[in-house]
Amino acid sequence: MPHDPTDRRVVVTGPPRRTRPLNRYRPRTEIDEQTTLGHTYVRSLMRSQLRAALTVFAVLILLVGPLPLVFTVMGDSSSLEWIVLGFCIYPPLVLLARWYVRRADRNEKDFVRLVEDR
Amino acid sequence: MNENYAVPAVALVVVATVFVGAFGLRISRTTSDFYVASRTVGPRLNAAAISGEYLSAASFLGIAGLVLVQGPDMLWYPVGYTAGYLVLLIFVAAPLRRSGAYTLPDFAEARLASQGMRRLAGAFVVGVGWLYLLPQLQGAGLTLNVLTGASKSLGGVIVAVVVVATVAAGGMRSITFVQAFQYWLKLTALLVPALFLVLAWQDDGAPRDAFDEPARFREHRVVRVDAGLDLKLDGPLTVTADGTVDGVRYEAERLRLPTGVHRIEEGTRLAFTKGDPVPVADRGGNGGMSTSLAEGREERPLYATYGLILATFLGTMGLPHVVVRFYTSPNGVAARRTTVVVLGLIGAFYLLPPVYGALGRLYAPELTLTGDADAAVLLLPDRVIGGLGGDLLGALVAGGAFAAFLSTASGLTMAVAGVLTQDVLPSRGVRHFRLGTVLAMIMPLAASMLVGGLPVADAVGLAFAVSASSFCPLLVLGIWWHRLTPPGAAAGMLVGGGSALLAVAATMAGFPGTGALHALLAWPALWSVPLGFLTMVLVSLATPRRVPAGTAAILARFHLPEELAQGQVRTEVKA
Repeated sequence: MPHDPTDRRVVVTGPPRRTRPLNRYRPRTEIDEQTTLGHTYVRSLMRSQLRAALTVFAVLILLVGPLPLVFTVMGDSSSLEWIVLGFCIYPPLVLLARWYVRRADRNEKDFVRLVEDR
Repeated sequence: MNENYAVPAVALVVVATVFVGAFGLRISRTTSDFYVASRTVGPRLNAAAISGEYLSAASFLGIAGLVLVQGPDMLWYPVGYTAGYLVLLIFVAAPLRRSGAYTLPDFAEARLASQGMRRLAGAFVVGVGWLYLLPQLQGAGLTLNVLTGASKSLGGVIVAVVVVATVAAGGMRSITFVQAFQYWLKLTALLVPALFLVLAWQDDGAPRDAFDEPARFREHRVVRVDAGLDLKLDGPLTVTADGTVDGVRYEAERLRLPTGVHRIEEGTRLAFTKGDPVPVADRGGNGGMSTSLAEGREERPLYATYGLILATFLGTMGLPHVVVRFYTSPNGVAARRTTVVVLGLIGAFYLLPPVYGALGRLYAPELTLTGDADAAVLLLPDRVIGGLGGDLLGALVAGGAFAAFLSTASGLTMAVAGVLTQDVLPSRGVRHFRLGTVLAMIMPLAASMLVGGLPVADAVGLAFAVSASSFCPLLVLGIWWHRLTPPGAAAGMLVGGGSALLAVAATMAGFPGTGALHALLAWPALWSVPLGFLTMVLVSLATPRRVPAGTAAILARFHLPEELAQGQVRTEVKA
């Protein structure tokens, strides 16, 4: 595409150049070019996302795991079982999901801010 | 049950499905529209579509039937079906969308750069898909049989024909509309009658003995045993029998049956008095949807419960029709938001089947004896409310049940046909996809005619177990672990999924194992899932040189937000 050469020069040599060094460090480039450092960035994002996922998973196991045992130990627990399994267990599942989505979105936004250096 | 209302209701659902599908066809213009709805389906529409697709015959009829027969332990089924989506959300949803693959085989190939893995995953998709299609067709047959007395295979044939026509004609876009429509239809079809049923229950003085264990007859009731069965008594019981019991002929005589198993012959009438506990029909004989694995469950209730929890929690992510849906989201963030909405929608739906199960224990306890417990949802409006209102509500429920068969069967057919088109048939393209659709449906249809009487909720549970031990390790390790290798993934899927499949086959073939062995085979997830994971990890660690070269780049694509990944693509193009 034909460009006006003067326009270009203005963009590239504008004021930012004076305030920031030429070889300004940009994590984004590391990721784009798939250097070892770039992979380290990606892994840090994966770790934070996995941590969020495992947290939710652990809460889920703690919430659900003991229930069959409790029902068995309690013996005459069928009305409790109806109430818990028929109704009470669903709202926590949705709340957990919402918490996770918020956390995962925030992790990604933070990461973008980090690598874009904004 | 008055068929004058139910049959038009079913017909209306079928016609509406075809109509909404045709509406989708009109705007399904490009190949991309056809396969993935051009990836522009917003979270709400997509979530309704996912939920509509997911709520199957097992959810609509099976859960109420199971609860009716076996009590509140069976409420773990809907809890597991819902929590499965939470596990899917936290480990798989966004990376799977960002992987850009369309089916599970696509994912396996992209992640592991291996054609062999692609074929293996394809084989498992077809296997799980067929295993899951079978009960849908049989459930449809049972529904039509209960409603009109038509042959048990007719309903299956109707569902098969409508599904093949809609899927082959409209593809994914029209299916999205059909599924979203059917979620709301199914919710309405259970919610409205449930409200009336609860009102009728209130009117009846709100008796609370539905929650008693075991269920008891609330009034004098005569039960006609349509097919011979074995009655299992936990305590002595006095009944009035008219027919053959334990080989002895009775004519309206009172007799006292001691604890143990009693053989009731076909055509016998048993009269129970108020307050009698409802006896349990033993395995075999009638082969109803909700009775078959009861024995294993009674012997190892705790093991069976945990096996069920594990299978449903981890199996959801590997169901082929669930996974395909995620590619229709525009991006990873939308895929996550969609899943939260799905959790809310199916959670709301699952509040209803237990209501039917509880009221069924109260007002139709004899269904456990006739082997038609799955028909509880269909029969209750007539039984509790009666009259014109009962007929109309019954018709609404029947229509909803057909929506359940149609929507789940469409999604499964779509997924299986996708695999068949891409990996089995000689060339791709829409025309071959249509051929694949027919192939995807013919096999389970033939099987449903030949096998017959396979229990719906159990067959679905087994499909979950196979999926949890094959696709769950593949997806979770594939998305989160750098060192997964093609040989490791293949070995894990074969050992985990294969052993679960064998256990399932042995159980379905009526393998005579008893006690611990039977429970292990009937609920394989508890050992087959760890086995699958362990094999995948160990074999991968043993073959470190086979880690695919592009692993780091692929994992970056899975996890980076789209705005960054696009930058990556740009650099590649420049270089």
